[in-house]
Amino acid sequence: MPAEYFLAHIWMIPLFPLAGAALMLLIGRRLPNSAVSVVCVGSVLLSMCFAFGAIWQLITRPAAERVVSFNLFDWVPAGMMHTNAGRVMDFHVPWGVLMDPLTAVMLLVVTGVGFLIHVYSTGYMAHEGGYYRFFGYLNLFMFSMLTLVLANNLLLLFVGWEGVGLCSYLLIGFYFLRKSASDAGKKAFIVNRIGDAGFLLGLFLMLGTLGTIQFTELGPAIAAGNFEIGNGTLTAIALLLFVGATGKSAQLPLYVWLPDAMEGPTPVSALIHAATMVTAGVYMIARTNAVFSMAPRALEVVAVVGCVTSLFAATMGLVQNDIKRVLAYSTVSQLGYMFLACGVGAFTAGVFHLMTHAFFKALLFLGSGSVIHSLSGEQDMRKMGALWTKIPTTARTFLVASIAIAGIPPLAGFFSKDAILGHAFEHSRVLWFLGFITAGMTAFYMFRLVNMTFFGTSRVDHEVEHHIHESPASMTVPLMILAVLSVIGGWIGWPESLGGSDRFAQFLSPVMAKAGGETAEAVGAVNAVSGASTEYLLMLLSVAIAAAGIWLASRWYIKQPEVPGKIAANFGGLYRLLYNKYYVDQIYDAMFVNRMKDLALTLGAFDNGVINGLGVDGAGWLTRFGSSVSMIWDSWIIDGLVNASAAIVNVVSWLVQMLQTGRVARYALFMLLGVLIFLGYYLHISGYTLQKLWHY
Amino acid sequence: MMIPTSHYLFLSLGLFTIGVIGVVTRRNVIIILMSIELMLNAVNINLVAFSRLVGSAEGHVFAIFVITDAAAEAAVGLGIIIAFFRNRETLLGDEMDLLKW
Repeated sequence: MPAEYFLAHIWMIPLFPLAGAALMLLIGRRLPNSAVSVVCVGSVLLSMCFAFGAIWQLITRPAAERVVSFNLFDWVPAGMMHTNAGRVMDFHVPWGVLMDPLTAVMLLVVTGVGFLIHVYSTGYMAHEGGYYRFFGYLNLFMFSMLTLVLANNLLLLFVGWEGVGLCSYLLIGFYFLRKSASDAGKKAFIVNRIGDAGFLLGLFLMLGTLGTIQFTELGPAIAAGNFEIGNGTLTAIALLLFVGATGKSAQLPLYVWLPDAMEGPTPVSALIHAATMVTAGVYMIARTNAVFSMAPRALEVVAVVGCVTSLFAATMGLVQNDIKRVLAYSTVSQLGYMFLACGVGAFTAGVFHLMTHAFFKALLFLGSGSVIHSLSGEQDMRKMGALWTKIPTTARTFLVASIAIAGIPPLAGFFSKDAILGHAFEHSRVLWFLGFITAGMTAFYMFRLVNMTFFGTSRVDHEVEHHIHESPASMTVPLMILAVLSVIGGWIGWPESLGGSDRFAQFLSPVMAKAGGETAEAVGAVNAVSGASTEYLLMLLSVAIAAAGIWLASRWYIKQPEVPGKIAANFGGLYRLLYNKYYVDQIYDAMFVNRMKDLALTLGAFDNGVINGLGVDGAGWLTRFGSSVSMIWDSWIIDGLVNASAAIVNVVSWLVQMLQTGRVARYALFMLLGVLIFLGYYLHISGYTLQKLWHY
Repeated sequence: MMIPTSHYLFLSLGLFTIGVIGVVTRRNVIIILMSIELMLNAVNINLVAFSRLVGSAEGHVFAIFVITDAAAEAAVGLGIIIAFFRNRETLLGDEMDLLKW
C-alpha cells in the first residue's frame, strides 16, 4: 500500500454508503434482513476504516501541511462571469474533496457515530417492516452527509446539505402510514427550505463578491479584495448563510421542525437529529469562518440567536413528558451553545462541543430508544420509573451521558461547555450569564428525565411490565462504546489551566487561526484575556450550577414527587406557556401557515372563477360562437357556391341533353350539316361558285 | 367532245344527296342500308371520274375495293338487322336508341 493511500482515496469514503443505498433501494426488497444488515453496516464500516485511515495519515503530517484538497472532475463548467468587483473570472465548480483538521473531526463523528448507530439499528429495527428501506435511507444519508463534510466548495456542500435534508424527510416520515409522522416529515422539509433559500442567496452573493466558493480560497480572496472589517456585503453573506444554518441546525426562529422530527425511528433521531445533520449548520459556519470573522455584526447575531435559542429550548425541555421530546429540546439548546461559541469567535470551541455533543447526545437518544424498545413502545416518562435494575446496561450508559451533558468533570460535556462559556464570558457577561442559566436548566431537565425514567416508583402499565427486557447486544454494545466516548471524548480538549494543552484547539487552529486572531481584533470589545483565576471561578460556577440542577431534580422527582405538581399549579400560566412550547407552533400557524392556506384558497378561487370561468369557459364560448358563425358562412356561402356551380352544370347539361336524341339518323344529319357548312365556307372563301364548278 | 369531269361530279353529288336524304329521313333500317349503298356508288362515280381525268387506273382499283366493301357491309348490316329484329321485333331506326345515355 503506497504512502498516504487513504488520504489519496478520501473521495471513496462516501461511495460505499452510496453503493449500499443503491443496492437497497433497487433490490433490497428481495433481500433477507441479514443480507441487508451485512451490506449496509459493512458499507459504513468500510467508510469508517477509510475515514480513520485518512485521519491518521493527516495527523501524522506536520501541522502546517494538514490540508489535502483535490478535484475529481469539473462538475459545473459555467465559463466566464463578472464579479461585483468588476473582475472577470472563469467560473467552474469542481467535484472536489477537502481534508483538513475540521473535516477530520466531522469525519470522525459522522463515520464513527454513524457506524455505531447502524449497528444499533440492526437490533432496534429487527422487528419493523421496511427494514431494507430504512437501511437504504440511512446509507443514503451517510453518503449525503459525507459529501457535505468532504466537499471543498460551498456548492458541493449544498448538494450534501440538500441530500441530508431529503434523507431527514424520508426517515422522519418512515412510518408514513401515521399521519403525524408524514406531517412532521413535511414540516421538516418545508422549514428547511426556508433556511436553504437564505443559504443559496448567500452562496450567490459570495460568488459574486469574492469570485470563489472554494473553502481554501476564501481567505486569500478576502485578503485580495481589501475588504475592511464589517464590510456590508460580507456581513450580508454571513447573515444569509446563517439563515441557512438556522434552518438546518434548528435555531430560532426555524427550530420548530426538530421536536416534531422525533416521529421518526429513534436511531434516526440519534444519527440525523442529534449527532450529525443538525450540526451541519455549525460546521458550515466554522468552514466559512473567514467570511464570518470579517463580519462582527453578523457574528453578534449568531451569538445572540444561539444563546437565546439555547435558553428558550431549555425552558421548554423542563416540562415535556415525552422522553424523546425532552432530548429534542435539549438538542436545540445544545446547538444554540455551538452557535454561541461560533458567534463569539470561538469556532474551535463550537466544533469541540459539536463532537462531544455527538457522542453523548447520540448515546442519550440510543439509550432512550433502548428504553422505548424495552417498554414496548412507551415514550411517556409519566409511565416509566424504577427501570434501573431492569435494564441495567441502558440505565448506566444513559446516566453517563446525562452526567456528560450536565457538565460534570471530567466527562466530555464539561470541557466543551466550559470552553464555550469561557469564551462567551470574555465576549459579553450577558451572553455568559444566559448560557450559565441554560447549563443549570440542562442539568435539571436531564436528571428530571433520568429520575423519572430509571428511579423513583414504577408507573409502568401493568401489562407492559411483564415484557420489560434489556435490549440485545447489538444495541447495548454501541451504547457502551458511546458511553466510553462520552467520558474520554473531552480529554483531547483538556484546557491549559487544568494542566492540559488543549490539543483539540491546536489541531484545529490551522483552519481557524487567522479567523481567531482577526476576530479578537474585529470584535474590539474583548476584555483582556482572563486570568487563570477567572477561569477557575467560571469552571467552579458551571459545575456548581450543574450540581444544583442535579440536586434539585433528584429532590423533586425522587424524594418529593408532589412538588412539581404544586409548582405547576402555583405558576399555572407559566407552566402552560412552557408546556405548550410558548405556543410557537400556533403562532406560526396563525401568522404563516394559515395565511399561506388563505392565499392558496384565494388563488384557488381566482383560478376557479377567473381562469376557469372567464378564461377557459370564455374561450370555449368564443370558440362555439365562432364556429356557429363559421357554420353559417359554410352552409350558405361555401355550400351555396358549390350548389350554384352544380345548378349551372345542370342547366347546361339539360340544354346539351336535348341534342342527344340517340337517333343515329339525327346524328348523321348533324354530321352532314357540319360537313356542308365547312365545305360551303371553304368554297365561299376560295371564291368558287356553282357556275365555276360546272365548268371546272 | 369530252364530257367535263364536273358533270360526273354533279351526277355523283346528286346520287350522294339522294343517299343522304334516304339515310336521314327514312325510318326503315333496310331502306337506310340501301341509301348507304347509293352513297357508296356516288363515291365510286367520283373515283372513276377522277381516274379518267388523271389518266391512271388507281381510281378503278379503289372503286372495285369499295364495291367489295359494300358487299361485305351489306352482309354484316343485314346480319345485325336480323339479330336486332329477333330481340326487339322492329326495323325502325327511331327505336334503335340503345346508345342514348
